Amino acid sequence: MVATLVKLRFLLLANSLKKKPWQLVAVIIGALYGLGLLVGAVALLFALSFGSIEFARTVTVLAGAALIIGWTILPMLTSGIDQTVDSARLATFPIPLNTLVLSLAISGVLGVPGIVTLIAALATAGTWWKHPAAAIVAVVCAVVGVLTCVIGSRMLVALSSRIGAGRRAREAKGILIFVPLLLLGPIIFGLSQMFRDAPNLFPRIAEIVSWTPFGAIWAVPADVALGNPGRAALEFLIGVATLAALLLLWRWGLARALETPNRPAQSTSRARGLGLFGVFSGTPSGAVAARALTYWIRDPRYAQALIAVPLVPVLIFVYAGGNDNLAALNTVAPIIAVLLSMSIYTDVSYDNTAFALHLQSGVSGRADRTGRVLALAVFAAPISIGLAVASVAVSGTWQILPGLLGITTGVLLTGFGVSSFVSGRFVFAVPAPGESPFTSKPGGGVSLMLSTFATWSMVGILVIPEMVLAIVGFALDIPILGWLSLVVGILLGSGLMVIGIRQGGAILDRRGPDLLAKLQAHR
Amino acid sequence: MTSDVTATTSSTPDSRVRDEIPALRIRGLVKHFGAKPAVDTLDLVVPSGSFYGLVGPNGAGKTTTLSMATGLLRPDSGQISIHGVDVWSNLLDAKRLVGNLSDGVRLFDRLTGLQLVTYAGLLSGLTREVVVERAHDLLDLLDLDAASGTLVIDYSAGMTKKIALACALVHAPRLLVLDEPFESVDPVSAANIRDILEGFVTSGGTVIVSSHAMDLVQRMCDHVAIIAQGRVLAAGTTAEVRGDSTLEDRFVELVGGRRTGEGPAWLRLS
Repeated sequence: MVATLVKLRFLLLANSLKKKPWQLVAVIIGALYGLGLLVGAVALLFALSFGSIEFARTVTVLAGAALIIGWTILPMLTSGIDQTVDSARLATFPIPLNTLVLSLAISGVLGVPGIVTLIAALATAGTWWKHPAAAIVAVVCAVVGVLTCVIGSRMLVALSSRIGAGRRAREAKGILIFVPLLLLGPIIFGLSQMFRDAPNLFPRIAEIVSWTPFGAIWAVPADVALGNPGRAALEFLIGVATLAALLLLWRWGLARALETPNRPAQSTSRARGLGLFGVFSGTPSGAVAARALTYWIRDPRYAQALIAVPLVPVLIFVYAGGNDNLAALNTVAPIIAVLLSMSIYTDVSYDNTAFALHLQSGVSGRADRTGRVLALAVFAAPISIGLAVASVAVSGTWQILPGLLGITTGVLLTGFGVSSFVSGRFVFAVPAPGESPFTSKPGGGVSLMLSTFATWSMVGILVIPEMVLAIVGFALDIPILGWLSLVVGILLGSGLMVIGIRQGGAILDRRGPDLLAKLQAHR
Repeated sequence: MTSDVTATTSSTPDSRVRDEIPALRIRGLVKHFGAKPAVDTLDLVVPSGSFYGLVGPNGAGKTTTLSMATGLLRPDSGQISIHGVDVWSNLLDAKRLVGNLSDGVRLFDRLTGLQLVTYAGLLSGLTREVVVERAHDLLDLLDLDAASGTLVIDYSAGMTKKIALACALVHAPRLLVLDEPFESVDPVSAANIRDILEGFVTSGGTVIVSSHAMDLVQRMCDHVAIIAQGRVLAAGTTAEVRGDSTLEDRFVELVGGRRTGEGPAWLRLS
């Protein structure tokens, strides 16, 4: 039975690939990409063995804790993991509960993310090869840790389909993502101050994290290597107890889910009136904007684009090598501007066949385009400009602010234009409404990556004027060029935005039915 | 049994609607999906003021035909006009005349019921004051006022049909095109929807419904067309098409495909 269910998972994957051969290519590219990341991680873990034990401990504990938190929290915020074998669909078959738990756990580990995580975790044995006892312990702990990751994510999904499914909970999730984003600029500034004031922050955080359920299991090999068997045993106990608790909770949630697979419709909380439809103007474009912004808050697929926003400054900070070169942080605002402004180039694909309503009501393509851009601009403009100001504040390079704002606004406005044009013309393989943002179609991720590359290049070419002005201004220290860049960014960007909206709208008017036919084929 | 109703004629025996421009006129409609014809030179005339039923087996081309008639799917060839307006050369004008409930199309279901109907109205170009008033009227009419603040995704299948109907009605169309409007709707709601549709027809509107429920079509519709394999097999007033038998018997007789026998031995319990 276990083997049958695990096989089912791979059968489903294979069948979905057979239907679309080019997606297979995309999957292979995706697998190669994953492999590249994996090789990097493994090499890094081996390299740690040549440094001090304390340093290796800090890195493995923090990375391991981030791994478990990432596995568990991300699906929670975005509501979904790879549900290729959905427990709700198995409810009609007479399968013993423990068999089901075992099968789902195994097929969870055997997915691509599971395998990558498992290999990376096992590579921690390489970190400790100079201490054989610690290396053996590391293998055991890696297995426990990976199981904690997989079962933790399954557990939260099973439970959240019980608890977090209500409308209030869903909206709370939306706000959980939006509020920190809008405050991202100040947060970065505050954190950078904190790091400046307190050196050696990471080891101290690792010390605390090693006592938590997330970090304990990863600290065990390090403490064996350091010769603290008592502490190692205690941490191992915390790790195993965590796994056991998650397993029991998951089993309980699964049992409940099988008894009542369909939660009843709820018609309780109400009287919220028109919501955003009362805020935007009562025109077709205002209506589209209100609808789109409502979706940004309520639809987890949009949240996926937003999760990248706080990650960018962190990544750039790490790549720049800590405190040495804060000037690298100045690239954050333009990058975020591209990310956000291009996030709507799959907008019509996200609508799926609900887009039929736009066709039926005969709304003009231009109003459709304008509304979507308006909804995005409401938060993308303050976030991007806030980040530009925050980054020059952190790096102490106020003199480049006009040029940086020129690039940022130019990129943002040009991106609005390009995505308005592209989303009116092309349909992409994106997750359907209600599907997990991470399930996606197999290979859809990579085909999206390729089209992302194409559209980003387009934006890159179109913003060359303000970019060159600003960069020459920075390099030769000519402030007037920065101001000129700001003017060009605003004027040229607005022009390109208007052109993109008009052209995209015209295409939509002309090819709307064909677009709908493609959306239906993709369904 | 009259055999001359197999070809559609533009005249109808119903004196109320004679000599008017038909609500929907389809001539020589063709649509291929790949090599397979989904709609094969289909002709259909729906008189203004009629309650028209469209019946046919699965895959007969009903949904495809209705999608093309309402401007959602581009035909390969053929003419479609709504109240004399050629649909594919005057899309916007035609769409103003039609209210559409599509089967198998998603809704923006992360809006509340009230928001969804408001959205449909605003997209049609109505002012917010008018839309809000109409939305409340429609929700009230369809017994959805208690659920107006609930997300459509949390609605039952029947409630979802009703909210889609409200979206189709909000811009006060002259022709309503409803694809499977009674599927998974409970009997009480179905009766309420039927009352609303009958009221709409009485006041001069035209309704086209596609359905699998023969009994319902026979009782409800004054006109009916039987469609199979992308063609009209019979069309006319309900009385003409069904003749002496029931609509269901007439349908099976025309479409065929009944099988006899009891199934495999292991499926028989005694």
